[in-house]
Amino acid sequence: MTKGATAPRRSGGSRGRGGTPPEPDYVQLLTPDGERVSHPDYSVDFSDEELRGLYRDLVTVRKLDAEATALQRQGELGIWASLLGQEAAQVGSGRAMRSQDMAFPTYREHGVLYCRGIDPIMPLSLFRGVDQGGWDPVANKFNLYTIVIGAQTLHATGYAMGIAKDGKVGTDDGEAVIAYFGDGATSQGDVNEAFIWSSVFHAPVVFFCQNNQYAISEPLERQTRIPLFQRAAGFGFPGVRVDGNDVLACYAVTRAALDNARLGQGPTLIEAYTYRMGAHTTSDDPTRYRVSSEVEAWQAKDPIARVRALLTKEKIADDAFFDSVDADAKAEAVQLRERVLTMPDPDPAQIFEHVYVEGSPLVEAERKQFEAYAASFEGSAH
Amino acid sequence: MAVETLTLGKALNTGLRRAMERDDKVILMGEDIGKLGGVFRITDGLQKDFGEERVIDTPLAESGIIGTAIGLALRGYRPVCEIQFDGFVYPAYDQIVSQVAKFRYRSRGHVNLPMVIRIPFGGGIGAVEHHSESPEAYFSHTAGLKVVACANPEDAYFMIQQAIASEDPIIFLEPKRRYWEKGAVDTALGLDAVTPLHNSRVVRPGTDATVLAYGPMVKTALDAATAAQEDGRSLEVIDLRSLSPMDLTPVFDSVRRTGRLVVVHEAAGNLGMGSEIAARVTEECFYSLESPVLRVTGYNTPYPASRLEEEYLPDLDRVLDAVDRSFGW
Ligand SMILES: Cc1ncc(C[n+]2csc(CCOP(=O)(O)OP(=O)(O)O)c2C)c(N)n1
Repeated sequence: MTKGATAPRRSGGSRGRGGTPPEPDYVQLLTPDGERVSHPDYSVDFSDEELRGLYRDLVTVRKLDAEATALQRQGELGIWASLLGQEAAQVGSGRAMRSQDMAFPTYREHGVLYCRGIDPIMPLSLFRGVDQGGWDPVANKFNLYTIVIGAQTLHATGYAMGIAKDGKVGTDDGEAVIAYFGDGATSQGDVNEAFIWSSVFHAPVVFFCQNNQYAISEPLERQTRIPLFQRAAGFGFPGVRVDGNDVLACYAVTRAALDNARLGQGPTLIEAYTYRMGAHTTSDDPTRYRVSSEVEAWQAKDPIARVRALLTKEKIADDAFFDSVDADAKAEAVQLRERVLTMPDPDPAQIFEHVYVEGSPLVEAERKQFEAYAASFEGSAH
Repeated sequence: MAVETLTLGKALNTGLRRAMERDDKVILMGEDIGKLGGVFRITDGLQKDFGEERVIDTPLAESGIIGTAIGLALRGYRPVCEIQFDGFVYPAYDQIVSQVAKFRYRSRGHVNLPMVIRIPFGGGIGAVEHHSESPEAYFSHTAGLKVVACANPEDAYFMIQQAIASEDPIIFLEPKRRYWEKGAVDTALGLDAVTPLHNSRVVRPGTDATVLAYGPMVKTALDAATAAQEDGRSLEVIDLRSLSPMDLTPVFDSVRRTGRLVVVHEAAGNLGMGSEIAARVTEECFYSLESPVLRVTGYNTPYPASRLEEEYLPDLDRVLDAVDRSFGW
């Protein structure tokens, strides 16, 4: 019995209504104080350069996210779903992917998007209301953001079934899929159906649940009475809980699960145990449903501070390095801001584009009517 | 007299409160409706006052919300379900269309399903995708469901209570972009003293042409009528209120007088509410019509990104343009 691995733990007899389930251990490789710890099943062996790279990723995605939040506050974005607090889960899992792997995100995976090498401006146009994503999900190996909770887990499963059909499993250069979702999503029928399908068809998919403790206002206990990773056992595949604020552990666990999928061993559920530090989105008021002491307790487990502590302690990086990372992240954020501020509004005719591959007489007729109608205002103050 | 000035959102909140006070079998269920009071705060304060047994924060599962509400209704409760946004009703669509709608019919009338499914619907609030849909035609097409849409605070206050009191399952559409608009509500009136739930109503009398709308578009139609007045044209505006069943009698009467009808809705026009209305009015009032029934609707495309919604949504100008076309016939 290893720490963090699936085991139907005893729930401690009759638990009263609303009782909190006992919290099992998770896989951890780096403590909040920046100490490396070992785990019997998972390890990573990063060079100093790689460790510095992870730190750079974490700081950059946090900075870009903060900039997006600020842009929303200034009215430049309609809404923003911040990843604050979840950087390690996203960077760790995102960097664990190989280039041939495919990701299916929710609307919060800006860090994973960054790791996939996609221009960080992309989600900002979505949240600004200029388009609905618009990147090529297949070419980028990163699906469009999915707002309907849980829907993408089935897409991920189907994609993974396709990989298996193509014979792209069982070899080292095979492909794997990772599907992201939150703790709330685990209540959806779609997610449970994805678990069943992936298990029955032995699909090469990793379910990466970022348990950030809340679905908008609803705490975890509103979605489950057992630790989420333990659900996997009931569907017939392994589940593992990882310290979601530990980028090394997130990397190690995800890399192992993706490799297993790639090698034909079927799905894994990873529960990255983390915390959403900010509001659900910029339209949410978290003071209505959670207390600041809870937020503060999680502050102490900050995913970036612990990597910095490690780098400092092990003399892998010095202040000059940290300063340069901050400066670079800031420069990237400033650039992002400028690009958002100069982003043009879409051409209204875009309403009628890409509805059908083969066109539609109805849509074409409406486009013409629309253009004639718009032209009738030309020269007026409209 | 107890006339209060309430926003449409607050009127719904107050109406829900009255219904819960009147009947302790009324329970609310939905995502984030408890402590948060719902993302639009329509259930604000209700969990505090009625407790967690009656205002239930559900798991994040729409099919579950409706499916379990069916069971609760069978057990004698009157569930009022909140679907957080129009675009998230589809995971529950199967339960609504296959189960809720047909229960009474299948049991040959042995059981009723008195439940209300509240859905904030329509666009105009600058939201991201899936937050601005107009799914009314799907539900109105389904026999066994009743579908209503409120348009102003007074109707919001009374219609939600009437819907909860109804023995039939009701899809209750709330025009989300109007949640913050204020109006007078006479909260002293009883439910019997106001317009019945399934009746349409003339909300502005006029003589030259009739404009029919529901939900968020009623205000747009009224604004258009005000603008038309300045140009010397008198528009009669009718609020349909109930989409299924539809009360078209006041519409027929009106069209017989004005000879012209423009139907306005946000949902795409293809096979939408306007198509049905145009067909019925043509059948009933053919000899009174001076021009074809015209529709002003959303385009037959997915709802666009929010920076384009101003262009997509019917506005005052498009309504007036249609009125002009009607006169140009
Ligand atoms: C099917 C569906 N229902 C409701 C919503 C509204 N909604 C958006 S995010 C959210 C909470 C999601 O929580 P969780 O899955 O834990 O992910 P998190 O946002 O915390 O990352 C809800 C209820 C939605 N987007 N889709």
